[in-house]
Amino acid sequence: MTQETVNNDATETEAPVTHVAPGPHLGGGCLTARWMMLDVLIGLLPVLLVSLWVFGWYAARVLAICVGSCVVAEGIFTAMRRRQCRLGDFSAVVTGVILAFSLPGTAPWYVAVIGSFAAIGIGKLAFGGLGQNIFNPAMVGRAFVMIAFTSAMAAGGYVASEKAGVPDALTQATPMTALQQEGKVASLGDLFWGDTNGSLGETSAFACLLGGLYLLIRRTAAWQIPLGVLLAVGIIAGGQNLMDLQAKWTVGHHLMGGALLFGALFIATDPVTSPLTGRGRWIFGLGIGAIVMLLRSLSAYPEGVMFAVLLMNAVVPLINRWTVPRPVGGPVPSKA
Amino acid sequence: MGSTTMKLSAKGTFARGVHPHDEKSLAADVAIEVVPTPAKVSVPLLQHLGAQCEPLVKARQQVVLGEKIGESEAFISAPVHATITGTVAMSSVATLPNGRHVKTVPIKADEQQLSGDALFEDILGGDWPKTGLDRYGPDAIVTAVREAGIVGQGGAAFPTYVKLKLNDAKPVDTLLLNGCECEPYLTADYRLMLEAPDAIVCGALLAARACGAKRIIVAIEDNKPSAIETMLKAAEGTDMIVRSLKTKYPMGGEKQTVLAAIGREVPTGGLPLDVGAVVCNVGTSAAIARAVVRDKALTHRVLTVSGRGIRNPKNLLVPIGISYGELIDYCGGLTEDAARVIAGGPMMGFTLGELDTPVTKGTSGLTVLTRDDVRKADETACVHCGKCVDVCPLKLVAAKMALASKHGDWELARRYHITACMECGCCAYVCPASIPLVQLIRLGKAQMPKKITPRRTELRCGA
Repeated sequence: MTQETVNNDATETEAPVTHVAPGPHLGGGCLTARWMMLDVLIGLLPVLLVSLWVFGWYAARVLAICVGSCVVAEGIFTAMRRRQCRLGDFSAVVTGVILAFSLPGTAPWYVAVIGSFAAIGIGKLAFGGLGQNIFNPAMVGRAFVMIAFTSAMAAGGYVASEKAGVPDALTQATPMTALQQEGKVASLGDLFWGDTNGSLGETSAFACLLGGLYLLIRRTAAWQIPLGVLLAVGIIAGGQNLMDLQAKWTVGHHLMGGALLFGALFIATDPVTSPLTGRGRWIFGLGIGAIVMLLRSLSAYPEGVMFAVLLMNAVVPLINRWTVPRPVGGPVPSKA
Repeated sequence: MGSTTMKLSAKGTFARGVHPHDEKSLAADVAIEVVPTPAKVSVPLLQHLGAQCEPLVKARQQVVLGEKIGESEAFISAPVHATITGTVAMSSVATLPNGRHVKTVPIKADEQQLSGDALFEDILGGDWPKTGLDRYGPDAIVTAVREAGIVGQGGAAFPTYVKLKLNDAKPVDTLLLNGCECEPYLTADYRLMLEAPDAIVCGALLAARACGAKRIIVAIEDNKPSAIETMLKAAEGTDMIVRSLKTKYPMGGEKQTVLAAIGREVPTGGLPLDVGAVVCNVGTSAAIARAVVRDKALTHRVLTVSGRGIRNPKNLLVPIGISYGELIDYCGGLTEDAARVIAGGPMMGFTLGELDTPVTKGTSGLTVLTRDDVRKADETACVHCGKCVDVCPLKLVAAKMALASKHGDWELARRYHITACMECGCCAYVCPASIPLVQLIRLGKAQMPKKITPRRTELRCGA
């Protein structure tokens, strides 16, 4: 093994300086870790536009606070760990945007700030930074504020307290809450275009699908995960639907309502916290879908995407261990 | 294309793999040139997989082209021969591109040499019989191949006679001629198929006779239509089949070729022989023909000198033992922005530290990349994106193997089958974090102890 890199100063010698380095000597184009993050931000653009259209300044405010706090938190915590700060990889920005999109537009500023610091500090850097974390940082931040500030994050928190100058969406309960508490069923059209109350990024199925499709085409997101989630929800909700044909809340409502599409396409597909192999990704996606349906049907919470993602995150190491692929040609024969 | 006559489940491709720009147009249309005889060659005594040869000649001794100068008693080995006529000098040690230090026999050239067109004619030209090969018995062919020091010319340099020797326990039904040449930039096999197809066909018929193969399939990637056409024409009158395979890296890897061409999965740790196949590079096949029909040793080979870092990319017929530096000089030298000189292709080749390193029997080319070509992104943290898993032709999990190697966790390395890796480099090629995956895996394979004691044994016993 003689592959040490010879670092000559190219400017001082006249002949071309060639280096010794390990192969392969070619790289596969522009897809870097940084581009993957930028791709996620591009994919989130339609969601952002719908969010601004529905919630106006409320969305812009939470978004600005979350992204700002996440970037500051990343800077502070990496400095504390005396590591090189890599804000250029945009991972902190992605965390901030996803956290903001999972909060209500009415969230107080301190909820957004504390959520961001919990996401970056506890969710990511406590584990060793980008690539090391077990749980999706944005979901850790959201879980933290959901427990710490119950009233701001519970059903009532989504409805604006003052009435004047508030976007229409913020004056009504979220579709999931309305269903659970009053049995009111939102129209599929509203769920599709996003003209309802809810967390900032989750309202429009259309925007999520559009952005998610971009991620899948770019192969930034693994296709097995969202497909697995949708399949599990579709099958379970479809089964429920068949058992009760009169139900107003149909499979379509389950698929397009709540944070399901946003979670399946943007949160669950976080590469760091999802399995490595195709088979593992299927298990992961199906698991999330099943847990979402379990929580929606049986628990006191109207929605379960966050908990489902966090729970499945926790078993990813186990899934990876279960799904070691059989190499082409079979496993290495043990020398008996 | 003959494939209708075969009952094959083979799809002509394998799953996963990558598609680098092939860059073959740089040298694909340059006919093979004979390099002028160098003033000196250094013939390494170990150019193959297996045991090193002992020198048979002393300093100041006269040798002629093709004379045997190194031999080994071992089963897996191949003799080496004088590649020019001249005087043996004091033996020295050379560092091969893969990092091995081997003894070499330097030979200083005499004035009288077989060179130029005469040499080309002697090695590849002239007529090659396609019929009446019955007079060469299988044993005679195997002996001739061994005596000629022929090893696989695709890169691994496995002694060819070992593959051809009849093995009662493992009968062979198919001989695969590998003309895939999936490494970017390299065009030596392509030129050989265009310029000496008859020698290749003759060698293949002889090899099939030796190993008892019933059918011969020439496997060529579909980005070389003229090679496919030429080989089809040359194979007329024989029952050889030409099969075009999908262009994909690493199609030329032995296991991938077998899978794509005849649909059989070579077992991990095994050889194509285990599934009844023998794979020969087209260059090896031409060498077999020459050894058997003309009784000549493997002294020269065709290789490609290419890349944007070299002024005049060429395909060359060179004596084994010539230095890489001389090849570079012959091709006009390096350009100003040359950044990396690689023995072999850019995917699996090794960079050269010193340019006086000798060319061996397994050298398929010399690639010089420029600063723009070379991957240059800094290494960042692994984000577990799984792209390495999506491209691995062997379905391994490179990220985990590299991690295990980094931390010396041999149990984890074994669980992820680290020793099955063939280091093709697809994983590192696509890695968005620019992690030197191949390097880490290679290191892990070298450092992994033979016997792994499970970690935390005491904990397990206590629990």
